Order: sequence, then C-alpha cells, then structure tokens
Amino acid sequence: MIFTISANTGGWELFVNSLLPMITGAIQYTIPLTLITFVLGILLALLIAMMRISNSKVLHVPAVVYVSAIRGTPLLVQLFIIFYGLPTIGLTIDPFPSAIIAFTLNVGAYASEIIRAAILSIPKGQWEAAQTIGMSRSTALRRIILPQAVRVSVPPLSNSFISLVKDTSLASLILVAELFRKAQEIAARTYDFLLLYVEAAIIYWVICFILSLVQTIIEKRLDRYVAK
Amino acid sequence: MFLSIKSLAKSFGDNQVLKDIDVNIEKGKVLSIIGPSGSGKTTLLRCLNSLEEPDKGIFTFNDGLTLDFEKKISKQEILKLRQKSGMVFQSYNLFPHKTAFENVTEGPLIVQKRKKAEVKELAEELLEKVGLKDKMNLYPHQLSGGQQQRVGIARALAMEPELMLFDEPTSALDPELIGEVLTVIKGLARDNWTMVIVTHELQFAGEVSDEVLFMDGGYIVEQGSPQQVLKSPKEARTQQFLQRILNPA
Repeated sequence: MIFTISANTGGWELFVNSLLPMITGAIQYTIPLTLITFVLGILLALLIAMMRISNSKVLHVPAVVYVSAIRGTPLLVQLFIIFYGLPTIGLTIDPFPSAIIAFTLNVGAYASEIIRAAILSIPKGQWEAAQTIGMSRSTALRRIILPQAVRVSVPPLSNSFISLVKDTSLASLILVAELFRKAQEIAARTYDFLLLYVEAAIIYWVICFILSLVQTIIEKRLDRYVAK
Repeated sequence: MFLSIKSLAKSFGDNQVLKDIDVNIEKGKVLSIIGPSGSGKTTLLRCLNSLEEPDKGIFTFNDGLTLDFEKKISKQEILKLRQKSGMVFQSYNLFPHKTAFENVTEGPLIVQKRKKAEVKELAEELLEKVGLKDKMNLYPHQLSGGQQQRVGIARALAMEPELMLFDEPTSALDPELIGEVLTVIKGLARDNWTMVIVTHELQFAGEVSDEVLFMDGGYIVEQGSPQQVLKSPKEARTQQFLQRILNPA
C-alpha cells in the first residue's frame, strides 16, 4: 500500500511515497557515482597535476590539452559522446560505467588545476629545505609538499565535490536510475512536476549540507598543517 | 683543507652575481662572509650545495670528489655534494606539518633510512643541544622565531654533514631572539664544526670566525683573520662598508 503512486495520489502522500524511491536512487546511484568518480578523479587529477608541473614536454603537453578539452566542452556533451556516440564505432558502454568515465574525466581536469595551484602555492623554501636534507624531487613532493598542498586544496576540492553531487543528476539523461531520474519517472506518471522536482532538490540540498559539515571537520583537523 | 673552489661564476640572466671566485674552506674552521646586499654572498653560499647551480667552477673535496660545473653534472653528483653539507635558512623553512622532533628525524629516517630507535636518540640529543628538548612535540607555528631557527639548526645537524652552511641565520629574528641562535652557533664552533656563515652580525662574525671574507659586486674584495678584515681593513670598499654599519646615521 505504501508505494502505490498514481495520478490520483494527493500532495503530502505523494511526497512521502516518493521519498523512498528517490532516496533509493540516491543510495544506489547518486552517492556511489559521486564517491567513485571523486576518488578516481582525484587520482587522475594528481597524475595530471604532476604531468603539468613536470619539465618534460612529452608529459606536459598532453596534460594541458586534456585539461583544456575537458574544461572547454559541456559535461552533458561529454556524457552523450561516451554513451550515445561511442556505440557508433562499436564501443557500447552501460549507463553507469559511462557516467563514471565522463565524471571521472571531468573531476580529473578541474581538480588537477586545484592541486597544481596548491602545489605551486607552497613556498620555494620548502622544496629547498627538503633538498638540503638530501631528498629527491619525488620524495620532497610526497613527504613535504603534497601534505601541505592537501590542506590548501581542501576548500576548493570540497566545492568540486559538492558540484559533483549535483552534476550527477545529468546522468539521468543517459538512463542511470539515480535520484533525479526517479523523480522524473514519478512525475511522468503523476504530472506533479513542481512537488517532485522540489522534493528532489531538497534531497540534494540535504546531501550537500551534510557534506559541507564534513568539510568543516576535515579543515579543522588539517589546521595543524598550516603555518600561522 | 676541506673544500677548494676555483673560478666560481654564476649569472642570473644578464646579471653576473659571482665573478671568478676562489675560496678555500678549511676543516674545523669557521668562515664568515660579509658584504652589502646584492654583493653575491648568499649566492656564493647557495652554490656550495648547488641550491644555485654554478655556471662554472671547480669544486675539489678532501676525499677526492671533484665537480667541474663547466661540464654536465649528474644528479648523483649533486646529491653527493648536498650530502656533505647542512643548510640553515634565513627564514628557517621548517616543515609546518611536522613537529620539531619530526623535522629533525625526517632526513635521517627517510633519506638515510636509519633505524627508528637510533634516530630518536639522535634527535633528542640534538634538540637538547639547541635547548629545545621540552618543546620537541610542538609544531613550528607554536614556536618563536628563535626556537624555530634552533630547530632548523638541529634538523641540519641530524644529517651529520661535514659542512654547515648558514644563510643570514638571524636576519629574520626579533633583536631579543638573536642571542639564543648565535649562542648555539658559537657552541658548534667550539665543537670544531666546519662552517660557512653569511651574516650581518659583525661582532658575532668577529667572535666566532677563523676567517672573514668581504664581498662586493660579485668579487671577494678582502679576506683574512677577523682582526685583519674587521679591525684594520686594507681595501677602501671594506672600510666604507664597515663605516656604514658601525655608524649608520
């Protein structure tokens, strides 16, 4: 009796009854999609940032082109190329993996710029101090520079993370049954667009609100990393 | 003789900062470098561990290691050169995300890969030596400038270098904190560390040095015992410089 949703279902009842499918969509797809792509995206971003600050042209140039291409084209277009475009050349990828690929490429590009800027913001004296105790460039980066860069990049990366939560709603357009697609499906049956889309918006808001609390906690814990 | 340097030169773009410098660094002796800003003294010091790579110059160490900077120098050779010296910076450059203790242990543990227990003992001993054993678990931002600089000295000593380099170690300090750092450096001089110190503290240079070197315009203008260079300089430029420092108004 709980999930009978039809055109006749009333406002409040519809709101309550739609909650479970939408939250299920969030738990099954929105949140995993966000977490997986964020982790993969950060790893990719680290790699790209390293390539960009390296002195080697062979590493530097592809990284610059990649970042420029991803940032210069709409995310929705990238999603469509991967999901609807690639099958044309015989490469068919399921909705969820398609979304993972597109969002990872996206996070990788934007976050690489954040990480690169954070690395460059660490004073030159830190590199020099590391060198004078005999560290190679890569050891200095790993032990001295990155831990400090992490603290600098937490606020902008949190922004990217929260944007990513909301961007995952675009995956509804390549048939991923995430939160917003659930809202769309119910709305298609009940025609109560306002109520259902506002409800979806509220759920996104709650998720993002919780995430910004987590961000504050992380920043406090990393505060000791900062020279005052 | 610990290190002999012949015809060292270094330019930044069109600006030739070091012009044909010859220096000898004696084992167990303290060499102070003084001179006006822009004279090239810090660059000379930074060339000694290749933080600035010289354009030319031949470094010959007492153990036979020879580097000729006119030829291509490999990364291994630069690393060997750096292992020989420890550096203390004007702005301390402590690692802000590590405690005083961890700043000191970082090099021996990570670079030299020495045993933990051994390094712990070494670090405690060194922090005691610079008078900061009770502060070893504090982060740099919890320490005063003078304390940070003393941790910086302990960090450099922990690598057990043969040569200690000081780049204006007290220039960033409040006047009342200078003494505690100079005291530590004097202690090292008594222990016969080989040291090169770039400094503006002429009185300190007089007390601690075996040899003083006055630089101006990328050249060594005068060098000799502290008595000679600081008290009865022969060169007009040295006289002018000392005059300006002693009677600033």
